[in-house]
Amino acid sequence: MSSYYGRPVLKEPVWQPEIPWYFFTGGLAGASGVLSLVARLSGNETLARRSLYVGAAADLVSPALLVSDLGRPERFLNMFRVFKVTSPMSVGSWILGVSGGASTTAALLEATGRLKPVKYAAELVSALSGAPLATYTATLVSDTAIPVWHEARKELPFLFGSSAVASAGAAAAIVVPPAEAGPARRLALGGVVVENVLFEMMEKRLGMLGEPYTKGEAGKYKKLAMGCTVGGAALLGTLGRRSRVAAAAGGALVLAGEAALRWSVFKAGFQSARDPKYTVDPQRERVSRQSDGRSRTQPGSSDASV
Amino acid sequence: MAGLAEPTGTPAAWPDTYGDDAKERVGFFTDTSVCIGCKACEVACKEWNLVPEDGLVWTGESYDNTSELGANTWRHVAFIEQNEPLHVEPGGEEQVDALRWLMSSDVCKHCTHAACLDVCPTGSLFRTEYGTVVVQQDICNGCGYCVPACPFGVLDKRHIPRHSADPPAEILGLQLGKKEDGRVWKCTLCYDRLKGGHEPACAKACPTDSIQFGPLDELRERADKRLEKLQAENWNGARLYGRDPDDGVGGFGAFFLLLDEPEVYGLPPDPVVTTRDLPEMWATAAVAAGAIVLGVVAGFLGGSR
Repeated sequence: MSSYYGRPVLKEPVWQPEIPWYFFTGGLAGASGVLSLVARLSGNETLARRSLYVGAAADLVSPALLVSDLGRPERFLNMFRVFKVTSPMSVGSWILGVSGGASTTAALLEATGRLKPVKYAAELVSALSGAPLATYTATLVSDTAIPVWHEARKELPFLFGSSAVASAGAAAAIVVPPAEAGPARRLALGGVVVENVLFEMMEKRLGMLGEPYTKGEAGKYKKLAMGCTVGGAALLGTLGRRSRVAAAAGGALVLAGEAALRWSVFKAGFQSARDPKYTVDPQRERVSRQSDGRSRTQPGSSDASV
Repeated sequence: MAGLAEPTGTPAAWPDTYGDDAKERVGFFTDTSVCIGCKACEVACKEWNLVPEDGLVWTGESYDNTSELGANTWRHVAFIEQNEPLHVEPGGEEQVDALRWLMSSDVCKHCTHAACLDVCPTGSLFRTEYGTVVVQQDICNGCGYCVPACPFGVLDKRHIPRHSADPPAEILGLQLGKKEDGRVWKCTLCYDRLKGGHEPACAKACPTDSIQFGPLDELRERADKRLEKLQAENWNGARLYGRDPDDGVGGFGAFFLLLDEPEVYGLPPDPVVTTRDLPEMWATAAVAAGAIVLGVVAGFLGGSR
């Protein structure tokens, strides 16, 4: 027994289903802001306008999810009491505040056709804050004692980032006619390829700590994510180039897959906290590596247990 | 991020921010070799701090029906029954029918570099003038970030009704407040008692001085002497846990003398404050954000079709 009556050493997170959904909507919002601005600059107005609306919608849903998850939702404004660079949640709240404010402002001005210069400024802010909005959530989970999150800190921002790009591309491919949605389709395809390769690489590199990503609910969500994203991307890249219906179906599949990917990472964290071996074994290994060559001064057996 | 998890053995920005109000850093030294498992510390803590009941169950795990620290348990006495001798003579014969009963009163470690405090987005968790780590209950909004951040699993959200005559606000079917207290709670090292010049309730109640309260430097000296004595008497497995300011959390404000590996007591063998990797993690997130922009630009290279 590597723990006290097999009990967990860590507490499982207390976060509710709102949080993985927010990882999804936050990523969608952030990458849509970037997509919209780049489309605007490239002269693809339809793609620019509709991605802006998608991003603003996701930016409206995101804070609602976060407030709903709080133990004291009426105190959500306390998130803006301070700005703490040591707290990814504090930094993220400010990023979401800025990004959400900018994207909804831009969307409103776009819809009403007023204040063009303000709209362009808002779009720029939305794009600049959109990219970090899509990746900070990875830093947020990595900055915990949860083994499969902290040890995956090198890959998670890229995994979340590529998932966000795929989400924005897929959503745009649904709402934009295929003739103008070429870049959106390519982003969905590219994002799906990168995220699936990254996920496999991450799992391999983590070794024993990669297990929770393949087991239980996390494993099921991972399989679902892979199936939906690859299937959806294939549909988008073939029939979706001409058929509006096929593009919508492919885009929806990719979006479902991206949500499943966030759920997989979320659930893996709980699973690794629940089983003390994922906490104790790597730490024990680290200790024995450090004490190698140093003679043990303490008497007694080191592996004694009940 | 200056001062973040520097291996100085002193909490970041403490005690400078307190100026003349700064006090000597205090803590606990829990010497488990004299713990008799009476649980007076658990009771005294509950009574003084008005900590609610947290389930009355029989676990069948020796004399421990408390199981773990949490929102409603700020002291937890662990009981471990072992077929191990209490003393081991160097070169002596192995005892076949040896038996020992380990008991240890666990508590929040009040880390020198506290992950819970670092990640708290509201500033509810703070470093007191005594160098301890405390949740300000009027500020905590129950975001729950500190719960998985703690490498010891100390903090948790409190799950009890706020008041039976106080139904949760309902908007569009969402039960705001979820009928619960909803905030995070943990040991305060009896901040209120310290302010009044008293020692924490658990230490006051401990009949064997297993729980010792005092200035941290003094406790460390005392612990070193105690360990020396136990080792000279060939106590099986005696070691200090959390005393070293060079460890992954900069040393504990509440440290222990254990008689076996930490994991046997449900404690992590090599805890680290994960915020020490934050500069690297922020850099990775920034690079990934840049990659998103480049990726999106690349998506437009082939034209609109």
